[in-house]
Amino acid sequence: MSLLSVEGLTARYGSSQALFGVDLTIATGEVTALMGRNGMGKTTTVKAICRLIRSAGRLTLDGADLHCLPSHKVARMGVGLVPEGRRCFADLTVRENLIAAARPGEWTLKSVAQLFPALAERMAQRAASLSGGEQQMLAIGRALMTNPRLLILDEATEGLAPIVRQEIWAAVRRLKEETGVAILLIDKSVKELAQVSDKAVILARGKTVWSGPMTDLTPEISERYVGV
Amino acid sequence: MRLSEPLVNTIVLAGLLAVPLYALVVDEPFTITLATRAAILALAAVGLNILLGIGGLVSFGHAVFFGIGGYAMGILAFHAQTYTTLDLAVFTTEGTKSMPVIWLVAMGLSAAIAFLIGLLSLRTSGVYFIMITLAFGQMFFYFAISWAQYGGEDGLSIYVRNGFPGLNTLVPIQFFGICFTILCITLFLKARLQASSFGLALNAARQTPARVETVGLNPTRLKLLAFVISGAITGLAGALFADLNRFVSPTMFSWQLSGELIVLIIIGGVGRLMGPVIGACIFVALEHFLGGLTEFWHVYLGIILLCIVLFGRGGVIGLLTGKVGAHV
Repeated sequence: MSLLSVEGLTARYGSSQALFGVDLTIATGEVTALMGRNGMGKTTTVKAICRLIRSAGRLTLDGADLHCLPSHKVARMGVGLVPEGRRCFADLTVRENLIAAARPGEWTLKSVAQLFPALAERMAQRAASLSGGEQQMLAIGRALMTNPRLLILDEATEGLAPIVRQEIWAAVRRLKEETGVAILLIDKSVKELAQVSDKAVILARGKTVWSGPMTDLTPEISERYVGV
Repeated sequence: MRLSEPLVNTIVLAGLLAVPLYALVVDEPFTITLATRAAILALAAVGLNILLGIGGLVSFGHAVFFGIGGYAMGILAFHAQTYTTLDLAVFTTEGTKSMPVIWLVAMGLSAAIAFLIGLLSLRTSGVYFIMITLAFGQMFFYFAISWAQYGGEDGLSIYVRNGFPGLNTLVPIQFFGICFTILCITLFLKARLQASSFGLALNAARQTPARVETVGLNPTRLKLLAFVISGAITGLAGALFADLNRFVSPTMFSWQLSGELIVLIIIGGVGRLMGPVIGACIFVALEHFLGGLTEFWHVYLGIILLCIVLFGRGGVIGLLTGKVGAHV
């Protein structure tokens, strides 16, 4: 049974419709890449899953309808979001950012520090004074502290130095190999997505146009819908 | 010279304790009363500072809880001293002169009213939140004016200060001791609360409410709980203030008082543990010393406030420590 099930998801910003029918399923422990060109509805889909915008269609987590829940309850049900642009709590320290989000479970300050040793050295430092890469690690750590069953990473490596990107991807691989958390990835690096993901869902003009195992994603399909 | 914040905090508390002790030695009971007034105003502002400093909510109606605390004390003591019964819908009581009981009632009532006001006012934000809290303050103010049974506009006098087991509360230094102890306990609890996951989440909700939701926290519920805690503390301060003066009146509900609480927090340092204490001490000192020279002493308070806002945004504590915010 799927952990997350999305069928015919539609959403709009005011009078402008952004999603016209997104379908995707994610099973426990599975890594899914949500792909597509810019403006095709990837982030909107994530926002709809997290109930940050209104949407229609079927949207369930472990069989429970998410449409009747506010966003904080969706997060409590186990959907952890690392938003585009990081958005850490700037005035809080690294430790405080993590504690503020903490919920009971296997992820603790210690395990986050083990995943990102760079954060361990900066626990008392304000989030605003961290580098972009460290802020990204903090945003991932903060989402993990909610002990999610589904972790959504929206452009987690955007604008980061290559060495930091490698660190983020290494952490995603560790999460995949060592935990049972399902991961939904959005990223511009098709090469990295292909290496870490089990399957891909491609969006074009606000709807799912292709989905399947990552091994079935041919260069032709990628070129046609993703442009890479 | 920059001082560390813990050192500044220690000096402030030690100073507030030393002044009445010195006054006791030189037999200046009025100075002890001034220090008691400062401790009580500081307590009220500590309550407001939870909302303002951590939650970023500017409540312009916090005098509501100060007044509720005051009237809780006044009404209970009034019935106790006149040997009349207070008829409530579900039971009757003869009132009480016991401070601990009065404090519990004051805090409970203030918390309950804060819950109701918070439920409505936290639907808004920014200037609308300020206005709705101000409106609630005015509602209570005019209700108290028209409440003839308890003195209306003239207020209610209590002949003898309420009692505390084992102490003679009529002795100024002993009453100061009660107020100072409560202030210290509240400051300790406030520091613990600020560092707790609730306090951190409230701080995060102030910064980015939408982002807080994505980590499973309900910002409205966080703010409501802060509002209730804040109201209860300010209510306790109101009960002590009424006991200090042995008098309650509608001015305890006035918007000027709400404004003064905000002003003394800004002067001391918004969100800083001892900000309200420094602010209250400065406020009471100015009120006493400048108030003796001119009735326009608020002008000087205004000048100080202007200077703080323009040149020292971390308040007096910010100036002494060289840090604008608690984490900077």
